[in-house]
Amino acid sequence: MFADITEELSQLAIPAILLFIPLIGYFRKVKVYETFVEGAGEGFHTAIRIMPFLIAMLVAINIFRASGAMDFCIGVARPVLEAFGIPPDLAPLAIMRPISGTGSLGLTTEILNSFGPDSLIGKMASTILGSTDTTLYIITVYFGAVGVFKPRYSLFVGLLGDFTGFIGSIIVCRMLFG
Amino acid sequence: MINAIWLALMAGGIIYAAINNKIDVVTQAAISGAESAVLLSFKLIGVMCLWLGIMKIAEKAGVIRLVARALGPLIRLLFPSVPPGHPAMGSIIMTVSANMMGLGNAATPLGIKAMQELQKLNKNADSASEAMCTLLALCTTGFTLVPATIIALRSAAGSINPSEIVGATILVSLTATCVALAADWVCRTLLYPRQRR
Repeated sequence: MFADITEELSQLAIPAILLFIPLIGYFRKVKVYETFVEGAGEGFHTAIRIMPFLIAMLVAINIFRASGAMDFCIGVARPVLEAFGIPPDLAPLAIMRPISGTGSLGLTTEILNSFGPDSLIGKMASTILGSTDTTLYIITVYFGAVGVFKPRYSLFVGLLGDFTGFIGSIIVCRMLFG
Repeated sequence: MINAIWLALMAGGIIYAAINNKIDVVTQAAISGAESAVLLSFKLIGVMCLWLGIMKIAEKAGVIRLVARALGPLIRLLFPSVPPGHPAMGSIIMTVSANMMGLGNAATPLGIKAMQELQKLNKNADSASEAMCTLLALCTTGFTLVPATIIALRSAAGSINPSEIVGATILVSLTATCVALAADWVCRTLLYPRQRR
């Protein structure tokens, strides 16, 4: 039942949004077509704006992977990670995720390309990316904007949230897709 | 921090390759990395445009306000230190609603606005107030209904069902948000209580 609900959600979420948002917009007298085009233009700029960051990250990740250094690091941590049931190939993503949005985008792309987007590990990586956020970046931006220097316990709370998202993704994907 | 990591990946990879007599793979990897980044950015454009177009309609139609009205009572419960009528409350509700709708770009200015309002209530200006920590717990777990970027990424990688992970994502991020809020509550009331106003 639980699996059915999440499957329904996955299938319905996007069609529902594509139907209801323009409908609500229309009834609220928004020029839906022109507004869509205006927003889509911003999407274009966003995709282009992240390109330099993505290049920097993918070059570095690619070198690290191709040299064998990535496999070496994963290999060192493998026994510990496997003892806890964590796929070792996801470990770099867990470390990168709170620090850099583009970096984790790059690592996820790596995983999707080498294992396939529909493999269990590919689905796990996608779920991790979708259910966590760049905690350190958010703390820097939000607190930096108002001149708060002592984040107190919020760093711990944010990282705990990321950790829960990481472990939770592995467990939930095993249950749903494993 | 990100500078150190980037350098570590670059230098670590090149030196490791040199030690293992594989220095020839570095050039190849660098060039193909740069090329695949460009290809990926272009593949992301379509879904990004589609999503931000729809979200622009949502923004103009006041959907964020509708979501905000629904979430309001729940969020007020989470911020006992903010007076109900204070402008900070409105900003917090808008931030959380925008995050939920996946409006990353719209959410950041709203979040900063909420922080500025909260700073006015903060008695100790250089250290985070309780309400600030709770807001951060909500934002850093990033509860999003539809993770558009990931769907785009999966589709670019040739997935047969790119949106398959949406249900899992909602479930996991909801759990992570609850865990972060619980930890925030424990820290706020048990571990680091500040003297009441």
